[in-house]
Amino acid sequence: MSCENTENKKVLTTPFREEDIRSLRAGDVIYISGTMVTARDDGHKRLVKNGVFPEIDLEGLALYHAGPIVCKNDAGGYDMVSCGPTTSMRMEKFQAEFIERSGVRLIVGKGGMGEKTAEACRKYGAAHGVFPGGCAVVAAKCVEEITGVEWEDLGMPEALWKFRVKEFGPIIVNIDTHGGNMIADNKKIFEERKAEQKKVLSEKLKDFH
Amino acid sequence: MENINVRERIAGCVADFLNIMSKRLPDDVYDRLCEMKEAETLPSACSVYDCMFENIREAVRLDRPICQDTGLIQFFVKAGAKFPYLSEISGALEQAVRIATKKTPLRPNAVLPFDEKNTGDNIAPGSPWIEWEIVPDSDSLTLEIYMAGGGCSLPGKAVVLMPSAGYEGVCDVVLEAVCDRGINACPPLVIGVGIGTCADSAGVLSKKALLRKIGSRNPHPKAAELEKIIKDAVNSIGIGPNALKGKESVLDVNVEFGAHHPATLAVGVSFGCWATRRGVLEINRELNCEILSHKKTLEL
Ligand code: SF4
Repeated sequence: MSCENTENKKVLTTPFREEDIRSLRAGDVIYISGTMVTARDDGHKRLVKNGVFPEIDLEGLALYHAGPIVCKNDAGGYDMVSCGPTTSMRMEKFQAEFIERSGVRLIVGKGGMGEKTAEACRKYGAAHGVFPGGCAVVAAKCVEEITGVEWEDLGMPEALWKFRVKEFGPIIVNIDTHGGNMIADNKKIFEERKAEQKKVLSEKLKDFH
Repeated sequence: MENINVRERIAGCVADFLNIMSKRLPDDVYDRLCEMKEAETLPSACSVYDCMFENIREAVRLDRPICQDTGLIQFFVKAGAKFPYLSEISGALEQAVRIATKKTPLRPNAVLPFDEKNTGDNIAPGSPWIEWEIVPDSDSLTLEIYMAGGGCSLPGKAVVLMPSAGYEGVCDVVLEAVCDRGINACPPLVIGVGIGTCADSAGVLSKKALLRKIGSRNPHPKAAELEKIIKDAVNSIGIGPNALKGKESVLDVNVEFGAHHPATLAVGVSFGCWATRRGVLEINRELNCEILSHKKTLEL
């Protein structure tokens, strides 16, 4: 079998219900429709450390680790140009409290996250998923409309952009509510295999020169 | 031709090529990704490949850069000693970057150290980065261009080993770099390995290795064997696209070398991501340009 997009898409719509998120398993491939809000380092810090909340009610929504490129359109609004994911691990420090206080149910980014976030996901019924890195054009294409922006004083990449998406994905579930933390687990496996490969190499290179 | 016109002509031609390079992959990268996608069976890895290919198609259709990170532009210049406009080249390359940053647009990625200020136009000391080589009997100009993204530049390193570390030591450096930061550099990866005397020469050679075509082998049989050995080892770790596991993890491994001092063995390693954007442009003495790296993908 090779890669063919034949399976039926599993699409979840915001506001996500807790049971829908709890039914996800690490490794599932999902798509989302509804409302996504971006936040990066500064947005997390403002909410968690300074206790400032945006006007947007984040309860049940999808949080996207991304610093999009947007441009002003003729109608006075904004168009999405590019919005690939950024490295989620940078937000690890604030993520657990962010989940607790904001009520977001799905976090989307790039790469893995740590144990603190995983624990918050289990406790509050949230999940973390990854969107393929570098696929900024596909991501932007899934955005139907930018519906709002807050905290613009933080600059374009750090502001909270709110937008309506249609079948945004693929999102590969990384942290679920059942203890699954796929990329962290993968990392351990890669480390083990690296150690094995070093032995193999040592054997192969014994009489190399 | 007046020198000012020469500079503009070269700049225009290079700017057009930078625009193409940011929106289309070189043929060899594209072909190899197709092959890897075909071979993949793990559903989550398949969905990543599907997304990459949709991204490649949509970038062309919507005329947008493949990835938002269009990198810091590096030029590896092979200038024929008889090319008539040698003194115009560096000015033209700078001008080309300025134009492409505005027109394509490329993301401004040049941050001045100490001031920690982004110059906004990708022009700064060291940006674009230019490396020179003079080709004795030629009258043309060949530009190898690389867009050095942040994620894929992060895992790069150069270290100087004791010769007793041997080729095993060389492989260790590569495997450590792959498993440490390489997994976040949007794999599958292109890996360039340089072997030499000092950290600087090994580093430059590793970038030269990265620029070599995918599927090409080093003419030295032992170096070619080492390429294959490292490739197999990294693939066996099973990182897969976006580190979600998968059948293959590397597009290719290329090794370049120079003599090493009897008391040192320097290793450099440079990485490219799945969206490795590099290209080759040839400009002859009449200033006609030919793109050598993107023939098939120009038809997409
Ligand atoms: S590693 Fe490559 S594909 Fe990933 S974000 Fe950086 S430039 Fe883009």
